[in-house]
Amino acid sequence: MRRVALEGSFAAAEAARIADVDVIAAYPITPQTHIVERLAEMVADGELDAEYIDVESEHSALSCLLGASAVGARTFTATAGQGLELMHEVLYIASSMRLPIIMAVANRALSAPLSVWGDHSDAMAVRDSGWIQVFAENSQEVSDLILWAFRVGEDRKVLFPVMVHLDGFHISHVTEPVLLPDKEEVDRFLPPYCYPLPLDPDRPVTMGAYGPPEIYSEAKKAQEVALRESKEVILRGWEEFRDAFGRSYSPVELHPPQGAKTLLLTMGSFSETAQLAVDQKRRKGEDVGLLSIRLWRPFPFEELSGAARDAHTLIIFDRSISFGGPGGPVACEVKSALYSEQRRPKVVSFIGGLGGRDVSQKEFEQMIDRGVEIVEKGSLGMYETIGIRD
Amino acid sequence: MEEKLVKFGRQSVSTREYFAPGHRACVGCGEALAVRLALKALGENVVIATATGCIEIISSCLPQTSWRVPWIHTLFENTAAVTSGIEAGFKALQRKEELPSKRIYCVAMAGDGGTSDIGIQALSGALERGHDFLYLCYDNEAYMNTGIQRSSATPYGAFTTTAPPGKLSIGQITWKKNMVAIVAAHDIPYVATACPSYPFDLIDKVRKGAEIKGPAYVHILSPCPTGWRYSTEQTIEIGKLAVETGIFPLYEVEEGKYKMNVDRPELKPIREYLELQGRFRHLPDEEIEKIQQRVEKEYHKVKDKCGV
Ligand SMILES: Cc1ncc(C[n+]2csc(CCOP(=O)(O)OP(=O)(O)O)c2C)c(N)n1
Ligand code: SF4
Ligand SMILES: [Mg+2]
Repeated sequence: MRRVALEGSFAAAEAARIADVDVIAAYPITPQTHIVERLAEMVADGELDAEYIDVESEHSALSCLLGASAVGARTFTATAGQGLELMHEVLYIASSMRLPIIMAVANRALSAPLSVWGDHSDAMAVRDSGWIQVFAENSQEVSDLILWAFRVGEDRKVLFPVMVHLDGFHISHVTEPVLLPDKEEVDRFLPPYCYPLPLDPDRPVTMGAYGPPEIYSEAKKAQEVALRESKEVILRGWEEFRDAFGRSYSPVELHPPQGAKTLLLTMGSFSETAQLAVDQKRRKGEDVGLLSIRLWRPFPFEELSGAARDAHTLIIFDRSISFGGPGGPVACEVKSALYSEQRRPKVVSFIGGLGGRDVSQKEFEQMIDRGVEIVEKGSLGMYETIGIRD
Repeated sequence: MEEKLVKFGRQSVSTREYFAPGHRACVGCGEALAVRLALKALGENVVIATATGCIEIISSCLPQTSWRVPWIHTLFENTAAVTSGIEAGFKALQRKEELPSKRIYCVAMAGDGGTSDIGIQALSGALERGHDFLYLCYDNEAYMNTGIQRSSATPYGAFTTTAPPGKLSIGQITWKKNMVAIVAAHDIPYVATACPSYPFDLIDKVRKGAEIKGPAYVHILSPCPTGWRYSTEQTIEIGKLAVETGIFPLYEVEEGKYKMNVDRPELKPIREYLELQGRFRHLPDEEIEKIQQRVEKEYHKVKDKCGV
């Protein structure tokens, strides 16, 4: 284990190096580019023995990895925003053909107008693509979650691709101290990738045949059940990670652990600012807590409703818009997750932090005050925005 | 199955079938025949990636398969990229001694649409990067799988469902995209044209393309009775006429050197080729004459490059 100061992007690259990936295929896009530049450097310097394919598009980046993963290679790529959108149809192939490709997404707003800055629009557009998805809060988590992603995605009981989301700039370009495990420690945690039925001339298989109506529905149901059931390995992976490296992770996190009457809910790096707002309020004696979601897919229904059960007001902060829909996508998911619960909080939805707009500690405090006010007045609307001019 | 070689004059061909009978291609399908011959040429040490299109649909309806070699299909436009990944995967795993070292042919297969239209970017990228792979384009001159829509490989004057002849149009109004020239411009080691009407030539070229280190490309004219509207027993004859009239010359470009494989002292009139096919039935004489002149011009361009 070493402690080093690393940009979030480099933490991602280091994790892929320590995991000893075999094939990387990547295309540059801000704010992801530092990840793959660093990997290219490692390959050029012989620090990492991998094939690095400089493809001509993100569509081809992920397509290359379909082929590489299918012959049994450990694979990694990274992208953001428009790049993730260009990969869209390939994402579904990776998950439906059960190819455990690991991808870091440095979350970026979607054009137009063009914005290289961060928000969660790209992630929300691929919400239902069948990948396991987690959101990191800082560089340490980026590196830890990528190592964990290889362990979980490649597990024979899982075999799903995994997306590790890290906020563009807010994590990708911020330098923080990160604990990096040594290769030997990781080898104990992460077994070699062993794809059960690879493309192999000695044992011919047909992959990606087409599904007539008599088969397609069952194939999709099987995929959905498998993704839900991957939760067991997801949790076990975090236990093993804690045993190996001493840091623990869970699908959702609640501070303080016993809960509070009013909860603020966030996802990704803004949780750290939100935490400051919550701490400030608590110092003033207000019964406020923070709930953050780390596991986005498969959605942690049980953990979420357990954590929210005792709250009276749940204030959800989203960094993307579901145009013409029910407000923020995270709020929408959480509301439907809570709907069938006997005891559930009132949910208030806020949207902000779009295209790199910062949300300050003050604004999180305002959000809490306003959320409580809305619930007290009983004036729950669809959603409100924070820090956006009319 | 015991492998036997059947002799045809000086040539011989394996009796082994890697493309199983019972697939769902139309009777007389030139593509299915080309696939069968290509697989005989490639043998067992191969991994194949195929684009969406007729080949994939006729050969892989779950839970059945026609493929006796490892095969993968993912999408329509990314086959060259998938094959790049397969090649890179083998390279990395063999170098890291996770797989035994041996040459496995990595072969991409796609239709003319999957190659010259939607897949051209991925193909160009893979050629430029220099992967060790063979790309086979089965050119039936339209999007057949989806019902005979035009592609950039559809010949001038042909009927398709998205460029139909009408009061204001003769059908396809553009000349066929020269995919071979585009590929050759990437300066790869081997480029060739082939047609299942010339089976030994096709087998030789596929084998050569696979054997050569680096990217190789074979463009295979694959007559399609359904889309070209001719009688199903005429596939071989039509392919022959395409070569004999000069509209589809058989040649290869090896390390930049052009070589004509079949050269007739005199070309047959293009009318003989067009007349057999319903897709050209509406063409008036002056259009046929226009095509005749274009064919001669293009044919001589290739001959000039070959220095004959
Ligand atoms: C992105 C995308 N666009 C369109 C299609 C629909 N589609 C499937 S196959 C095909 C045409 C295939 O034509 P070609 O490549 O010439 O192969 P052929 O069927 O003629 O052998 C089309 C348009 C698709 N599958 N994916
Ligand atoms: S439509 Fe043409 S290419 Fe497709 S299977 Fe039928 S004959 Fe073959
Ligand atoms: Mg076609």
